Amino acid sequence: MLWFAFLRLIGLLTTLLAASLVIFVVLEVIPGDPAEVMLGLNVQPDTLAALRTELGLNAPVPTRYVNWLLGMLQGEFGISYTYSVPVSELIGERIQVSLPLATGALVLSTIIAIPIGVYSARHHGKLIDTGIMSVTQVGIAIPNFWIAILLVYVFAIVLRVLPAGGFPGWDVSFSGSLQALLLPVIALALPQASILARVMRSALLDVLHEDYIRTARAKGLSGKATLWRHGVRNALIPVLTILGLQFSFLIAGTVIIENLFYLPGLGRLIFQGITQRDLIVVKSSVMLLVALTIFVTFLVDIAYAAIDPRLRRRA
Amino acid sequence: MTSVFSATDLCVSIAGKPILRNVSFNLDQGKILGLVGESGSGKSMSALSAMQLLPEGANQTGDLMFEGKNLTCAADTEMTHVRGKDISMVFQEPLTALNPIRTIGEQVAEGLCWHQGLSRKEARDQAIDVLERVGLGLEYGLTDRFPHQLSGGQRQRVVIAIAIACKPRVLIADEPTTALDVTVQAQILTLLKDIVCKEQMAMLLISHDLAVVADMADNVAIMKDGVIVERGPTCELFDNLSHPYSRKLFAASSYMPVPRQHPVDEITQPLLKVNNVLREYPLPRASVFARRQWHRAVQHVSFHIAPRQSIGLVGESGCGKSTLARTILGLTPPNAGHIQFLGKDPYLVSRKDRQDLQLGIQAVFQDPYGSFDPRHTVERTVGEPLHLMRNELSHPERKKRVHKVLESVGLSSTDASKYPHEFSGGQRQRIAIARALVTDPSLIVADEPVSALDVSIRAQILDLFADLRDRLGMAYLFISHDLSVVQAITDRVIVMNAGRIVEEGPTGEVFSNPRHPYTRILVSAAPDLKETLRRRRKKENKDTH
Repeated sequence: MLWFAFLRLIGLLTTLLAASLVIFVVLEVIPGDPAEVMLGLNVQPDTLAALRTELGLNAPVPTRYVNWLLGMLQGEFGISYTYSVPVSELIGERIQVSLPLATGALVLSTIIAIPIGVYSARHHGKLIDTGIMSVTQVGIAIPNFWIAILLVYVFAIVLRVLPAGGFPGWDVSFSGSLQALLLPVIALALPQASILARVMRSALLDVLHEDYIRTARAKGLSGKATLWRHGVRNALIPVLTILGLQFSFLIAGTVIIENLFYLPGLGRLIFQGITQRDLIVVKSSVMLLVALTIFVTFLVDIAYAAIDPRLRRRA
Repeated sequence: MTSVFSATDLCVSIAGKPILRNVSFNLDQGKILGLVGESGSGKSMSALSAMQLLPEGANQTGDLMFEGKNLTCAADTEMTHVRGKDISMVFQEPLTALNPIRTIGEQVAEGLCWHQGLSRKEARDQAIDVLERVGLGLEYGLTDRFPHQLSGGQRQRVVIAIAIACKPRVLIADEPTTALDVTVQAQILTLLKDIVCKEQMAMLLISHDLAVVADMADNVAIMKDGVIVERGPTCELFDNLSHPYSRKLFAASSYMPVPRQHPVDEITQPLLKVNNVLREYPLPRASVFARRQWHRAVQHVSFHIAPRQSIGLVGESGCGKSTLARTILGLTPPNAGHIQFLGKDPYLVSRKDRQDLQLGIQAVFQDPYGSFDPRHTVERTVGEPLHLMRNELSHPERKKRVHKVLESVGLSSTDASKYPHEFSGGQRQRIAIARALVTDPSLIVADEPVSALDVSIRAQILDLFADLRDRLGMAYLFISHDLSVVQAITDRVIVMNAGRIVEEGPTGEVFSNPRHPYTRILVSAAPDLKETLRRRRKKENKDTH
């Protein structure tokens, strides 16, 4: 198991390096000059030259790549062109919002989805199963911003129990920050939970047709005991795959929800970076997202192996 | 004699379709009832019905009595106290019957915890005892291992251990040895017999193999289409089979097709020469610094096949049969040695020549359904190897050729537009053979071509192979673990063990007078219906005198 984790870790680092190379090549080398892209048309030649020197664009390409990598290892991501502050500070602030948001939504959707999926599979074919499946179908179909608007209307405008938007910051008000994240977390979690519940249900139904379920029943185990002891853990593999994908989506794909609730998250930072052609912010944020995604994939792989002993040998 | 378990007038239907009709049987203490029949005859349904584990939507009537208790109206919660404790079941496929993510110890202990309320620790200790009873003592250290780390025979012993853990009074075994090699099958059958005898259980043994049932059972019931057509004490029954279906089954199980009509010409150049072939597979490294170990699947194997000759290749699973077949078919190059087909080495010649060689060797595999694309028509499937001829054939010619081979394997040309799921198992294997024949090959490599088929269909397919041999002069490399099949169709036989050829010679000679100890074990472990019955009669005569 440890050996397996070690091999996966090496795989992770290699992937990370490859990803950094791709990002660097796409944003810096082709096509033309990052400084020109950032400054736009009608730029004075001396401004361009100044920016080129500031960005270190005069150095040869391999040197620039190595410098960028080394900088990131020391936590230096460069200075944002539009905000004139270090990118590391910008990202550091934003991740304080995005990470709890994504993790919260993920945990909430899992807590909702797994029991519903198991319950639905257990009552497969009955009215309650059909009902749950219709509800989850609707949950997938409704966009999360619509759920968000609905939540804001009910909890912020009618009931006035939760803020409609904004984020005070963890050091200013911890409970206020929690409250500020609650509605967006729910809005993000509900559609994800619908997907997850359906995956859980169908995975469990597949498992329930396996021979070892019959063996367990032949041992004398009741239907319920069989389901929990032999069914659920075996059905978790596809669920984990979806969870991994969902986290990657939640960490950066939440720009609409962030805008709706005026949350200073990563999604918004990248969006602003792109609209303002701040390549330094974009490059670093993208690298960070890639790293997070690869890390989550690594965790999912480890979890696979923890669940299924057959996967431990192969690396 | 008191019956421990009895089923009376059992009728089962699923979605209105009758599966079992008035099936009645008694299981007596310390006795084995053998239930034989072909696939779809309702054998397994009888077992599941006795366990009250029928699939959803099944409708059951009739009476099930266990020691004076009527189980027919028992609720599922009541049955959970009977299953595994009083009545247990052993399943066919030991790999899928075990939960892949739980240790062997956990799975054996689970029933003990459930029925006897033991703590985990106590149950574990008892599980170790039970594993010892099935021949997996502590020296194997299996308790903390997972099913995939065990061999097929060990897995089946574990499944048996799970079944007998709570000392049930009735044991139901559904094809317990069908997925196993013959030598392992013999061991498992002996084990089951010992358990039944020692613990005085009543056993229902379900099998498609008459020889296995004749060897094991005290009483036999023969089943067809959900009805028991004939029953009786084993020897008596087999001596006076009266129902036409039973007779047909009996004849088919030791069926031999007509012997070869034309003698083999072994003097001219051989069709296929396999010379000192070695094939290795890398094993996963133990650590980054360890030297890579190699598994030698095929070790320095040499033989040749003459035109029109039929060669059998026998051996147990993992002996390298299929690897060798893949090498001959041009799918995996050998690490050393070479093969020559029609005087050319397919791994050395140009791409075009290789395609020409491939036209001459075609393959038939075990599971015909698995080797077809379900969305292709029979015509497309059968005509597929013709692409090797590039565009030499026009479309109508192709069609004509496909229709011709379909007819020569006993199907009609109207079948060409159908899809694989519209055919029965035997017909599918005919389609697979047609696909092999379409390029006019001179050699067919058949890897377990009849293992998945019922005996009566097996007899038909063996007839077809014999007919093609005589009519078209086909040469065969017939790979099988089933000695009777090889005996029926081949001229010479090669016995492989652990990647090496241990014995080779004319088929009749090798089987009647095996020289190598491994061949002897193989031959003696192979169930033979007539031989078994002869032995039983002798023993019964001795007992009565």
